[in-house]
Amino acid sequence: MPRFLFVIITALIFTGTPAFATGEETGGISEYKNVKPTDEKTVVSSKSTADHTKFKELQGPFADGPAVTKACLSCHNKAGKQFMHSLHWTWQYKHPKTGQILGKKTLVNNFCTNARGNEGMCSQCHAAYNHKGPDFDYTNPDNIDCVVCHDQTGTYYRTPATRGHKACSVMFEGQKPIQWTKVAQNVGKPKRANCGTCHFYGGGGDNVKHGDLSSALTTPDKSVDIHMAKDGLNMACQDCHVTSEHITAGSRYQMLAKDLKGVGKPGKRRQAASCESCHGLSPHDKVSGLKGIKLNGHVDKVACETCHIPEFAKGGVATKVDWDWRTAGKLKNGEGYNIKGYTQGNGEHRKTYKSIKGNFKYDENVKPVYAWFDGTMRYTTIDTKFDDSKPVYINSFSGSYNDPKSRIWPFKKMHTIQPYDKGNKTLVYMQLWGKNDAAFWGNYNFQKAIEYGMKSAGKPYSGKYDFIDTYSWWPITHMVAPAKEALACAECHKKNGRLAKLSGFYMPGRDNFWWLDLVGYLMLAGSVLLVIAHTLARIFMKPKLSDHEGDAS
Amino acid sequence: MSKSKKSCVTIYTRYERFWHWSQAALIFALAFSGFNIHGSFSLLDFQTAVMVHTISAILLIVLWIFTTFWNFTTGNWKQFLPFLDIRAAKGDKIDTLLIFFLRLYAVARYYAWGILKGEDHPFHKTLRRKQNALQALSYLTFMVVIGPALWASGIVYLLYDLWNTSANSGTILMLVAFVHTAAAFLMVAFVIVHVYMTTTGSTPLHYIKGMITGVEEIELTEVERAYLEQDHPERLQNDKSPSC
Repeated sequence: MPRFLFVIITALIFTGTPAFATGEETGGISEYKNVKPTDEKTVVSSKSTADHTKFKELQGPFADGPAVTKACLSCHNKAGKQFMHSLHWTWQYKHPKTGQILGKKTLVNNFCTNARGNEGMCSQCHAAYNHKGPDFDYTNPDNIDCVVCHDQTGTYYRTPATRGHKACSVMFEGQKPIQWTKVAQNVGKPKRANCGTCHFYGGGGDNVKHGDLSSALTTPDKSVDIHMAKDGLNMACQDCHVTSEHITAGSRYQMLAKDLKGVGKPGKRRQAASCESCHGLSPHDKVSGLKGIKLNGHVDKVACETCHIPEFAKGGVATKVDWDWRTAGKLKNGEGYNIKGYTQGNGEHRKTYKSIKGNFKYDENVKPVYAWFDGTMRYTTIDTKFDDSKPVYINSFSGSYNDPKSRIWPFKKMHTIQPYDKGNKTLVYMQLWGKNDAAFWGNYNFQKAIEYGMKSAGKPYSGKYDFIDTYSWWPITHMVAPAKEALACAECHKKNGRLAKLSGFYMPGRDNFWWLDLVGYLMLAGSVLLVIAHTLARIFMKPKLSDHEGDAS
Repeated sequence: MSKSKKSCVTIYTRYERFWHWSQAALIFALAFSGFNIHGSFSLLDFQTAVMVHTISAILLIVLWIFTTFWNFTTGNWKQFLPFLDIRAAKGDKIDTLLIFFLRLYAVARYYAWGILKGEDHPFHKTLRRKQNALQALSYLTFMVVIGPALWASGIVYLLYDLWNTSANSGTILMLVAFVHTAAAFLMVAFVIVHVYMTTTGSTPLHYIKGMITGVEEIELTEVERAYLEQDHPERLQNDKSPSC
């Protein structure tokens, strides 16, 4: 596992401090520390037709990352161009349906809010070297970081491209220098640890953002994820996220909410990250009988994930579900501090307050929120004006029972209270990272951080900020449970079940016509009463029968 | 009309009894699992209830296909026509209706009052007419209204996955569910009253015994007796037994 991963995230406390008990306060603002590398056996015997250790181009010595990249591209002479078309590089996505310009380059989220202007820190997860600010040269292939994805030694790591305030600087210290030649010679297809380096730690910590992508997936057991289980299929990310010419299948901006194509032609995987692209369009065993047929009847309206991921944030790693920026900036003795108020399943303590970010709430083994989803995400961008009397949805979508493209999907719904421009009624860019006096992480001044963030991005700022409730939707696709742990029918087919809030369709077990039921039950009660009354009448009038004995035959 | 005499005769054939009791069992299974699915109670988990309901429904459909065939080939279907024997006797339509309603009234009056006073049942079963007017009318309602409403809506419900892509499938499903639920309530009400009525014989279990053995005391004309003696001696039970 690349040490970068430890550098960035896993760590909860200061360098050299032992584990703290829940609720304990620590000083400073840094949340980074060096952690010992795991004993993961990272060098995998390659079935490749080439042994990279033998190539004269890779004998080194290499001064830095770009030098390694040059060597890579000298043989893989189309890889640079290919990669520069990928979202991993461009950080920009023009939505084919909505026309919105999306991507980390411009979007505002409801976690650390914006990468724009904070590239010095955030570009740790941009597969590029020297990405220090928005003026980064996206046309120079030498800046591609090949090894963050392809390293098989587990010794490669990345550090922030620029420096932050003093309190954050510990993250640069104590790192062994990268052995560029060794790294360059030991490359291969990305492993879960490679992808996880960034994708498990989105939002500034383990599982903070997605809820279904955490370090628990590095070596999960079957109940955490049936596909990636270490004692099972042990699949790599790209077994599903099929990649061709460095373009990876699967997108949260335009999802395949309902795959109608199923598996590809024999021997040819489709470049799609859908369940159906492996499991087909009628995945349940219909040969064994009615149950399989009935379950297959659900796939047109219910996404596979809805039943097969009953819970996310499994495996002992919590996800953030609530973030309150309003409390950020409290100081003790003139310094920022942290409070560790949550102990997650694997025993690690998570911070519930950080001076640099505010208050958080965590949750584990979370039941998703369900909604009809047509796959198209619409975003509240930095340019979107909104009604500030209502909560703002960072992303939203359409979908309904009657829309043949929609299915019921599971989501993580993230709630945050974050700064916005009260005058212009827009979201804001904040200057968080850096050494100037605007950077919030060190100066703790929202007004200055917003003013600088907006100005440097060329966006208008009214000068008045306030805080607003925001929500974001995170479709849940990972942490698929073993089949026997899939949702039972009655989880949804009952009153007040998981789908209680979805409307516009009749669902057996959940819905009824209350007045029909009322009339029906009254009729049944009436029938029973009639029977009882008649029986009693027969019993009590029986003695009279003897008076007329002989009448009856 | 020739002189009648009461006799114990097998009036319900073996298939008729098999039909009745297997249908009864399936209807109980369907009602129980159906109202479990509906959410009236949760004694079975939803999946089990759906499986019981679906399999029972399929068996009942098969049973009904056989029974329809049986009813028409044996002529038994006539038993469910309330006017048949009346029309046979008289031709006039108004008279037919009038006679039917008089008979219906007589039976209804009997159950409401006469039975309490220990009166005789106004209807006497014959070989050609096994059901009284009230029975015929309620069984006809069962077979023409409640039954078809249930199985027609049930089959559409069961095949939901084949038509749910149509534009108005949401509305259709709601309508189907409504009809199915409403008919199910009527069915249960029918069963409650029907089961109670079986206790109104000379002893509470008299009718049930008859439906199990097939033997009932009916009025037999000399001609009918001669016919049975000639062609179906096995249907004539020992007359020496005091009742059957």
